[in-house]
This record gives sequence, structure tokens and C-alpha cells, in this order.
Amino acid sequence: MNYTWNWGIFWELNPEGTGTYLDMLLMGLRWTLATAALAAAIALVFGSIIGVIRTLPHRGLVLAGDAWVEFFRNIPLLVQLFLWYFVLPELLPKAAGTWLKTLPNASFWTGAIGVGLFMSSRVAEQVKAGIRSLPRGQSLAGTALGLTTAQTYRYILLPMAFRIILPPLTSELLNTVKNTSVALTIGLMELTARTRAMQEYSFQVFEAFTAATLIYLALNAALTFLMRRLERAVAVPGYVTGK
Amino acid sequence: MFQFDFDIILKTLPYLLKEGMVFTLTLTALAAFGGLVLGTVLALMRLSTLPGLALFATGYVNLMRSLPLVLVIFWFYFLVPYIGQAILRTERPVEVGAFASALITFTLFEAAYFSEIMRAGIQSVPKGQLSAGYALGLTYRQVMSYVVVPQALRNMLPVILTQTIVLFQDTSLVYVISITDFLGAASKVAQRDGRLIEMYIFAAFVYFLISFLASLLVRRLQARTAIIR
Repeated sequence: MNYTWNWGIFWELNPEGTGTYLDMLLMGLRWTLATAALAAAIALVFGSIIGVIRTLPHRGLVLAGDAWVEFFRNIPLLVQLFLWYFVLPELLPKAAGTWLKTLPNASFWTGAIGVGLFMSSRVAEQVKAGIRSLPRGQSLAGTALGLTTAQTYRYILLPMAFRIILPPLTSELLNTVKNTSVALTIGLMELTARTRAMQEYSFQVFEAFTAATLIYLALNAALTFLMRRLERAVAVPGYVTGK
Repeated sequence: MFQFDFDIILKTLPYLLKEGMVFTLTLTALAAFGGLVLGTVLALMRLSTLPGLALFATGYVNLMRSLPLVLVIFWFYFLVPYIGQAILRTERPVEVGAFASALITFTLFEAAYFSEIMRAGIQSVPKGQLSAGYALGLTYRQVMSYVVVPQALRNMLPVILTQTIVLFQDTSLVYVISITDFLGAASKVAQRDGRLIEMYIFAAFVYFLISFLASLLVRRLQARTAIIR
């Protein structure tokens, strides 16, 4: 293999004038984290609302919830990001469109919201499955106690459902982190994009990609660890969910 | 207000379908097939009693599943020429076509996901079936290929097809290495003619239609093939 390795490259200065190549990658990691955090929050909020809506005894609402999930699940994330980034500003009234286009860090906001909405359809599926997995007697008991539908969800169904779906939600969180890399197509300089840039500046392809791989692995391990701790912290004594 | 121009779509439709969609569908089909075969092998390795094999398969699957697809696409885009060089013992890195590069990437990446599906499928086959196979004097290979894997495939068919729909959508990410798949073709027209709105909405519509109809079919298949236990 006639490839010249140079692991010292990470301590050399990058041509962007932002410090070393390592600093450049870590800056990318910061954008990845920020985008993933906002996207995860959006996915959790919208996913929970839509997931709950789909279990309500109201046909119109269920239909609307289903439509939401089908829309965000059946279009590739990349295409969705293009829709929000390139198409949406053109379709809005002129003033709103210009405001969107000139927004500082537009690719960050678009990326985070786009990934968040995309992931919300997956979270909605989990929330719905979690609520459905509870014995029917639980919601009947709520009604029998005189609770309203909202109270039944708030005090009986959701606290259990969220605990049950915590493990799959962990994988969706990891997917959210991974999916933020797609936002490099709309110009977000997150970790994968910085890795690419480092490769183009320095020609050290494999060092750059190896570093990014290790960072993603570490990030995955850290998030998995934190979620496991959360699982244990909120576990209901005597109620074993899964393994 | 914006005027949607259907003409541009009609005019470029043959190009979009023949250049783009054919690439996307071929890549999806071949990568799904290759990924399923490789994934089944990985699942068998993972469930095997040889610790080395199990460890390797587990490591491979976990590594692939922890990385963003975009990064993996870049990895293989640069790595495959060197691997080719090592295998073929040539002077310089082998030039690999765009299609081959994408196919290798998606096959190896999807294998990790298919292996998890097949592992669940294999584990869903009752243990008695395995014992019965051995009692009949079948070898490990025969038990797996005639008894366990066929049932695992059948049990997991809906999940496998759903994963294939995900793969179909994911192939759009070859955009990052400038390959002309369906989205790439739409994007080329969009940029050449300044028709971003029409082309991207149309692309979204086509992806939606195919994925939605396919998932409806999967749901029907699931209802029909479900075994009542």
C-alpha cells in the first residue's frame, strides 16, 4: 500500500486559521452535538404528541397523526432537508422567505429542525407502541377512578409507556446523532463535514476518517451509558421491563 | 405567487427515470440481496460457539451500526481502491466505478442491519427444531440451510422488506459522492435549469409514493403470512 501515514497531522495547524486539525474536528463535534440536541428535543416533543394522538379514540386526530408519520417516514432525510432548505423559502411570502434565507446559521436551524421532524415520526411509532403495550385495564381503571382522558394519560399511561420504550428511544437518540451528518449536504460544518474538509486540506484521508470513527464510537458509548443510567434511575421497583 | 412548472418534469422524466431511477433501484435490489446474504452469515457467526467468529461478527455489526452512513460512504469511497490494490496486487490503487463503490458500501453497511434481523429470526425458531434436525442425523450446515434459516427468513420477511425500504431511501445519500442516482439526476436538472423547487418536490413525491406503496404491501403481506401460534 503506497499510502504515507502521518498521525502527527492532528497537531499541525489547519489552513482555516482555527488552530490544529484536531481543534477543527472537535469544533465539528460541537456542531454535531448542538444539532443532535436540538433535533432530539424536537423529535421527543413532536413524537410524543403525535404518538399520543394516534392512540386517542378520535378518528380525525388518528388520521392526522398517521399522515404525519407517513409523510416524514417515507421521504429520504436528505430530500426532506433539501425541501426545508431550498424549497420552503421560495414558497413562503417574499419577506418571510428572505428572512429565512438570510438567517445566521441557517443550515444549523434547518438541519436540526429537519432531522428532528424526520425522527419525530420514529419516536411517534415508539410512543404509540408503548401506550398500546399497556394492559387495557389501565386506562379503564383511570376512567373508573373518574380521571379525564388527559389525566389518564398524564398520571397512568405515559409514565409507564415512556419507561417501557426507553431502550428503543436510546437507539433513536443514537440515530438522531448519526443522522445529523446528513446536514453536511446543506452546508452544516458538523463532524463528518470537518473530517472531509481535513481530508481535502491535508490529503491524510485515513487518519481523518479514523479519528471521526473513534469520536462517533465514543459518543455512542457515552450516550448509551447515560441512557442506561437513566433507565435504572427511573425504573419502577419490581416492574421489570425487558432485560 | 409561485407557479409550479410541470413541463420541466415531463421533459426531463425520461432522463430521471432511465438514468436515475434505474440506478437507485438496481443499487437497492443488489445491496439488499448482498446485504441479506452477508447479514445471514454474520448472524450465524454471531450465534456460533466459536468465540473468535462471534467476537468478530459482533464487533463488525456494532461498528457499522455506530457510524453515520455518510461517513461510511466516504470511508469506502477512499478505501475501496486501496483494498482492490491489495487484493489484485497492482502498482497503484485500483480505479473503482461509482456504481461498484456504492454497491460495496451499501452491501457491507446493510449487512450489519440485516444480520441483527436474521439473528432475531434465527432465535425465533424453537430450539426443538434444531434438536430434531440433529436427531435426524443432519449436519450443522444442513440443519441451518434446510430447517432454521428458511423459517427465520419467513418469520422476518416483513422486517427484511421494511429494512429494504429504508435502504431504498438511504441510497439517496450517494449524493455526497456525486453519483447520479434518482436524487442526483433530479438535482442536476434542478441546478442546470434553476428549477430547484419543481425538481425537489417531484423527487420527494416519487420517493414518498414508492416507499408508501411498498410499506402498504409489506403490511398486507404481514397480515397474510402471520403464523397463528
